[in-house]
Amino acid sequence: MALDIADQNIAEEARGRAARKTGSGKELIYRHTLFVRLAHWINLLCVVLLLMSGLQIFNAHPMLHWGIKGDEADPSLLSIYAEDQVEGPPIGWVQIGDRKFDTTGVLGVFRDRDGFLSGRAFPWWITVPSYQSLAEGRRWHFFFAWLFALNGLAFVIYGFAARHFQRDLAPTRFDIRNIGRSILDHLKLKHARGEAAKRYNVLQKLTYIAVIFVLLPLMIVTGLTMSPGVDSAAPWLPEIFTGRQSARTIHFVTATLIVLFVFVHILEVLLSGFFNEMRSMITGWFAVRPEKIEPGRSEP
Amino acid sequence: MTRELITRRAALVGAMGAGGLILSGCDRLSQNQTFQRMLEGAEKLNLTGQRLVLNSSQPLAREYQLSDISRVFKANGTVRPEGDEYRRLVLTEFSDWKLQIGGLVKKPLAFSLAELKAMPSRTQITRHDCVEGWSAIGQWTGVLLSHLLAQAELMPNARYIVFRCADDLLNSQDGSGLYYESIDLVDAFHPQTIMAYAMNGQALPVPHGAPIRLRVERQLGYKMAKYVMRIEAVAEFSKIGFGKGGFWEDRGYEWYAGI
Repeated sequence: MALDIADQNIAEEARGRAARKTGSGKELIYRHTLFVRLAHWINLLCVVLLLMSGLQIFNAHPMLHWGIKGDEADPSLLSIYAEDQVEGPPIGWVQIGDRKFDTTGVLGVFRDRDGFLSGRAFPWWITVPSYQSLAEGRRWHFFFAWLFALNGLAFVIYGFAARHFQRDLAPTRFDIRNIGRSILDHLKLKHARGEAAKRYNVLQKLTYIAVIFVLLPLMIVTGLTMSPGVDSAAPWLPEIFTGRQSARTIHFVTATLIVLFVFVHILEVLLSGFFNEMRSMITGWFAVRPEKIEPGRSEP
Repeated sequence: MTRELITRRAALVGAMGAGGLILSGCDRLSQNQTFQRMLEGAEKLNLTGQRLVLNSSQPLAREYQLSDISRVFKANGTVRPEGDEYRRLVLTEFSDWKLQIGGLVKKPLAFSLAELKAMPSRTQITRHDCVEGWSAIGQWTGVLLSHLLAQAELMPNARYIVFRCADDLLNSQDGSGLYYESIDLVDAFHPQTIMAYAMNGQALPVPHGAPIRLRVERQLGYKMAKYVMRIEAVAEFSKIGFGKGGFWEDRGYEWYAGI
C-alpha cells in the first residue's frame, strides 16, 4: 500500500502536479491552479449577476418569440403575466405554448419586498436591482457581460496553453468505453476514491466541455445577436438563429440550462464532500480518499 | 456523518443568508454614484467596440420584404402629445408646420412638410428593436438626414445632432419633460438615417410621431425621436436637459443604444 502511494506520487509529479500526504494518511493533490481558481470565482460572480440582471431585463417584456420579430400582438412561446380579476387579487400566469399554469405568488404576481402585490414576471428576490429598473438592469448586465467575456476568453486561452483542457477535460478512449459505468455510479451517487478521484470522470468531463465550449459561448453570441449595431455589421448572426427574437429565446433557454448545471454542480459538491471541494477551489489542494477495501472483492 | 449533515445544512443556510445580503447590497450599489460610474464604463466599451466595426465600413441594417411587415406595430412612449399647439398642428394636417434646422450650422433653415416630401427620399423596411426586448418590422419613407445637414452646412465644431420634440412624457409645464435625443455624426451621416414622414406607405400616424420622426436603424427604439420639431447641431450636449444627451438617457439609459 505504501509503495502504491509512492508510485502515485511519482505518477502525479510526472503529470506536472504536486502531491503530498497529510498526517491522517490522506493524500492531497494540487488540483486547481491559481489561474483556474480565480477564473472560477470571477465566473461565478458574473454568471449570478448576469442571471439576475437578465431576469430584470426580461421583466420589461416578459414574453419569448420565435423568428425575426415579436411583440405583444404576436404569438409567444412563453409569456409570464398578471391577470386582473373582477373580484379578488390578480392571478399570475405562465403560458408555455398552448398551456398555462397558475404561478401566483412566485411568477407574474407576487408580494414585493414591502408586502405589496406586484405584477411583474420574475420576483424581486431574483432580480438585480430588486425593484423594477430596466435602465439599471442593463447597466449591470453589460458591465458583467464584459467581465464574463474577458474572463472566459482568458480562461480558454490558458486552458489550451497550459494543456489543462487536453490533460484534464479531453475524454480518453477508456472514458468513452466505460461511460455506462459512470452513468451508473452517478445514479447511485457513488463518488470516486483513490486513483480515480484524481481525475474528472467522463460525465464530468463532457459536462464541463458542454458548459465551457457550448453553453457559455452561446450566451455571448445570442446576446450579441440582440444588438442592432452588431446585426448590421454581421447580418449572418441573426440568420443562423433564424432571427433576433429566436436569439433572445435561445439566450433565455441557454441561461436556464446553465442554472440547471449550477444546481447539479452544487449538489455534487455537497455530496462528494463540501469542505474538500471548497478547499480545492480556494487553495488548490484536494484530498483523495483512499480506495475502499470491500470484503469479498479482490478487484483492484 | 451526523456532524457533516449539520455542516451541510449550515452551509445551505449560510448560502441563503449570503444571497439575501447580496440582494440588498446590489440595490445599495445600484444607487451608489461611484459604482454607477463603474458600471457605465461598459457603455464606453460597447461604443468603442461597435464603432471599431461600424465606423469604417458603415454597414447597413438589414432591410426586409413587404411580407415581413408587422401587422400591429406597437407605438411606445407618447402616442398623442398633449397641448393646444400640437392639437392645432394635427387639425391643420401640419400645413403650416416647419422643421427647423439650426445650432452650429452656417445656414439655419426651415422646411415645410411639402418641401421635405419633394426632396430625394429613401424607403426602407427595417426591424425596430425596443430596449424592452420586442421587435417589429415597418416600412419607412423619409428624407436623408445627411441631405438636410448638407444644405444647412455644419460648422467644423459641430459634433452631435440634437432632435427637439413636441411630446412631453412627464406633462411638465416648464418643458423639462420634453422629449429630445442626440446622435453623433457617424450615425447622422449613415445612409439609412432618415427623417421619416411616411410609415407603411401612409402619412406617418400620430402614435408613431407625426409629422416626422428620426430613423437611426442601428440603434434601439428610444433613439428614434418622434414628433421632431427642430434639429440642432451642437458641439456637446452637457447643457441640454440633464446633460446625458436624451430624455431616456437623463433617466439612466445608455446614450449609445447600439446594443
